[in-house]
Amino acid sequence: MPAAPPIAVERLVKIYKTVPAVDGISFTLKPGSVTGLLGGNGAGKTTTIATIMGLLMPTSGRVTVLGAEMPRQRYRVLHRMNFESPYVEVPMRLTVRQNLKVFGMLYGVGDLRERIAQLGRELDLTDLLDRPTGRLSAGQKTRVSLAKALINNPDVLLLDEPTASLDPDTADWVRAHLQRYCRDRQATLLLASHNMTEVERLCERVIIMKRGRIEDDDTPVKLLARYGRHTLEEVFLDVARGSSIESEAAQ
Amino acid sequence: MTRLPPFSPSSVYGEGLSGGFSPRRVGAMMLRYWYLLRSSWPRLLDLVYWPTVQMLTWGFLQYYIANNAGFFARAGGTFIGAVLLWDILFRGQLGFSISFLEEMWSRNLGNLMMSPLRPFEFIAALMVMSVVRLSIGAVPVTLLAIAFFGFNLYALGLALVAFFFNLMLTSWAIGIFVSGLILRNGMGAENFAWSIMFLFMPLTCVYYPVTTLPIWLQPVAWMLPPTYVFEGMRALLIKKVFRPDLMLDALGLNVVFFAAGLLAFLALLRSARRHGSLMQTGE
Repeated sequence: MPAAPPIAVERLVKIYKTVPAVDGISFTLKPGSVTGLLGGNGAGKTTTIATIMGLLMPTSGRVTVLGAEMPRQRYRVLHRMNFESPYVEVPMRLTVRQNLKVFGMLYGVGDLRERIAQLGRELDLTDLLDRPTGRLSAGQKTRVSLAKALINNPDVLLLDEPTASLDPDTADWVRAHLQRYCRDRQATLLLASHNMTEVERLCERVIIMKRGRIEDDDTPVKLLARYGRHTLEEVFLDVARGSSIESEAAQ
Repeated sequence: MTRLPPFSPSSVYGEGLSGGFSPRRVGAMMLRYWYLLRSSWPRLLDLVYWPTVQMLTWGFLQYYIANNAGFFARAGGTFIGAVLLWDILFRGQLGFSISFLEEMWSRNLGNLMMSPLRPFEFIAALMVMSVVRLSIGAVPVTLLAIAFFGFNLYALGLALVAFFFNLMLTSWAIGIFVSGLILRNGMGAENFAWSIMFLFMPLTCVYYPVTTLPIWLQPVAWMLPPTYVFEGMRALLIKKVFRPDLMLDALGLNVVFFAAGLLAFLALLRSARRHGSLMQTGE
């Protein structure tokens, strides 16, 4: 029997009261792939990711992660997933080590002492491990959040704006680390971002959302060719402003 | 089209309702709260400050009345005893709710909800931490009560165990329900955590017998488990009689309260998942 896809979304609909935040989207991710979820504010990216994480119940449709239906069967797979989002933080009064210890225990990580030391080395946190998280700089806190997201060596990693509010140098450093992690671990990464440079650099596939629907879904190279643009930012603006391929062709 | 299943505890809890409970994850959460308490002296001081002020105020009032009224002279310790037992009830619930609120204040709830931590493990950790927080606050105060007024709560012996157990069960039931309200409604419901127990204060007859209430209100009082504990305390201190029947009645009601609190929490958690409240942990 073939292995279940890391993430499969089928005809997902999420309606808040009467407003559809996600309106019948479907996609499947391959193991070890890095996919970008693009869209303007209110496009439905965060709702999609929250549903995949099991934080949100779909109005209709189906979401499975590693074969488990979310949120009903989430406890089968939560220990194999993790996430990072600017909407949540790790407790600020706890030291970095204390935070990683607590989350390591929650995720059932074996040999936690060694895992924390390893993450400290990989994410350049060794000297910060015994400092309260709240006293770190924004860039350092992002590295701590990333360490929390990687504490259990997840097979599926969901990242919502992982480099938001970071300086270019730190953002580049974070991207390089994510790239390395996914390559070495063969982990599947779904990334929601407004940062086109980030998406171009990391993603082999881009799903563009608008008003809760998928507007386009392809590799960055094919998207650039199809829209006749040089950067994903230009493609994104075309989609966001509604200048479709058909209308350009008609002109 | 997928239709939502009808509500049941398992539909919220998902896989592993009967199994999968992990003491290690409960330990992780206790460790998280312990680190927090240890790192913050204002939090520790807060645990002791208000119980001390309350005990001293009521203690001195009782001391004054006892010297001026024959009945109160015979009813030695009922006020201080009531204050200390009320504090177990109030601080037990507050200890539970504040630990939960810490997750909201630190915007950490999403991390927990996305982790393998089960709701029942989370609740178990909050229950244990409410006892830890209560102990930090209550033990020094009970010692002060001995020093200032010669009132030894521990002299109640096994009765104290029955009082404590019943009051904690009620405080957990209310704490679980309030946490569900906050999960569903966000920080707008925070005030319930601080004030809900005061609704119980007049009705559970902390400082006076149930017969003081209007007759039509007395059945309401007898529907609340703490009423039995406070009546039991007065029976012990005034008539020197321990009433196991009252404790058993309280226990029976507490089982109902606790189950209702759990079911309400699970229903509110499910509703939060449906409405997206878990993603918006602010106001």
